[in-house]
Amino acid sequence: MRRIRCIAFHTFREAVRDRVLYNLVVFALLMVGSALLFGQISIGVERQVLINLGLTAISLFGMVIAIFVGVGLVAKEIDKRTLYTVLSRPVRRWEFIAGKYCGLAGTLLVNTGFMAVGFFAALLFLTRGFQRSDAGLLAALWFIVLEFLMVTALALLFSSFSTTLESTLYTFLLAVTGTFAEDLHGYARLAHGIKHLAVTAAAYLVPNLAALNVISRVAHAQPIAAGLIFYNTVYALSYAAAAVAGAVLIFERRNLK
Amino acid sequence: MATAIETCGLEKSYRVGFWRKAQKRALHPLTLRVETGEVFGYLGPNGAGKTTTLKLLMGLVFPTAGWARILGMPLTDPRMKAQIGFLPEQPYFYDYLTAGELLNYYAQLSGVTARAARRRVEAVLARVGLADAARLQLRKFSKGMLQRAGIAQAIVHDPKIVFLDEPMSGLDPIGRREVRDLIQSLKDEGKTVFFSTHILSDAETLCDRVAVLHQGELRGIGVVSDLAAQFSGKMEILWHGAPALSAIQACALEVHATGETIRAVLPEAEVPGALDALRRGGGQLISVTPVRLTLEDYFLREVGR
Repeated sequence: MRRIRCIAFHTFREAVRDRVLYNLVVFALLMVGSALLFGQISIGVERQVLINLGLTAISLFGMVIAIFVGVGLVAKEIDKRTLYTVLSRPVRRWEFIAGKYCGLAGTLLVNTGFMAVGFFAALLFLTRGFQRSDAGLLAALWFIVLEFLMVTALALLFSSFSTTLESTLYTFLLAVTGTFAEDLHGYARLAHGIKHLAVTAAAYLVPNLAALNVISRVAHAQPIAAGLIFYNTVYALSYAAAAVAGAVLIFERRNLK
Repeated sequence: MATAIETCGLEKSYRVGFWRKAQKRALHPLTLRVETGEVFGYLGPNGAGKTTTLKLLMGLVFPTAGWARILGMPLTDPRMKAQIGFLPEQPYFYDYLTAGELLNYYAQLSGVTARAARRRVEAVLARVGLADAARLQLRKFSKGMLQRAGIAQAIVHDPKIVFLDEPMSGLDPIGRREVRDLIQSLKDEGKTVFFSTHILSDAETLCDRVAVLHQGELRGIGVVSDLAAQFSGKMEILWHGAPALSAIQACALEVHATGETIRAVLPEAEVPGALDALRRGGGQLISVTPVRLTLEDYFLREVGR
């Protein structure tokens, strides 16, 4: 556990030094600034526009970081051979993967925290106060974090056996497909025979990011059921754990040429 | 003397080609033993299989056949890994860490406690001449400084065995001298050092024993002085007082005259005839000595150059 913690902290520290977080602070400030603009040009729907725009931006921005930093987690260490000096120590390969994943998950959590602060500041400035229904925003932010955890795990899985470019491409494609996962499930119900099996398999294999997207609902102050929060949390964490386990299985057998 | 490193039939092949059906053997079955406290040189030209051997020993690639043990333990044993240090060839480290942070990270991964790590890091940085660069980020390091940081990370946890892959690579003469001194000091502390190199003078100076590898195959192994002193099959004759005789010149491999003294190198079988010719020509024989190989001669002979 100590070694996993050590690798996770190291990963976090490198990401912070890599100035990933600084860009996000700038983003958070821009969010606050944009609130002034929306306050002036939107009539009656400025709150919905800000929530939609803000949460979507947090999701997209974090997703890009999850993919690009995630695919580099292992690939960069192999390319630069820094991995050699880690694995020649009493560090098991699964500990390395787990540490890297936890480090990036922590980085994304902090990133999202920063962006959320910017987002709430903008909302507060625009609406001059919070409503009871704004609790749904926290659920939406939590779902965004769950999205990041799933996508990071996928990036890690692909980077454990393919190049950085390929991993980026695969993860990006799966993430995009994942936003249409509900449509895939619907199509699977209509299809027959082999097509039904193939589409059903694809619908379950891709990360169901559509189920985690409640931005529009919270923008319209619709409540998020506790059951949905529980179900989505269990689903996302299980999916991420399976992807990380897959990465470990592949990485355990890999020759580091 | 206890065995530090032992390999038996250790072999590595890779599947190559588009369909991955062809096999390329990177290392032929390798059986060798390195004793505790030895400085062992692993010599070979580029592509000989030195790095493959080190990667196998570090558990970075898996053997196709055979086995290896370090300190009597299998390569996967974390207790063994806590007692070894490794410097890869042309090391590259995390750009945004300082030298101090890097060593602290590696020390903790090796099981050193946080408090002990701080002390060890300071001492090791001073030892490799990087005490002033402890707070400098590694992206600002020169190649020579990175090599020193690499050596520092290999010894920061006070390992019993240190594996160094081309430790002199990219260093200027002063840097090479410092690394040589460091390896010597590790030996003085009783540590086992296994290092690969193709700089033969370094091996000759430092190593108790060397192994020569070529095209993935072990070509020779032994004590440096024994290997270097092997008889070449040639003899050197020195004489005085007679000009270079045509009978000797005809069979000599090389002839040099320095004033009145003439030196000829010839195959051993030609020596009796040459001595007869010398006696008939009135020359005064000074010496007849076998020509010994240098480590470089031995190396070049084994790698077929």
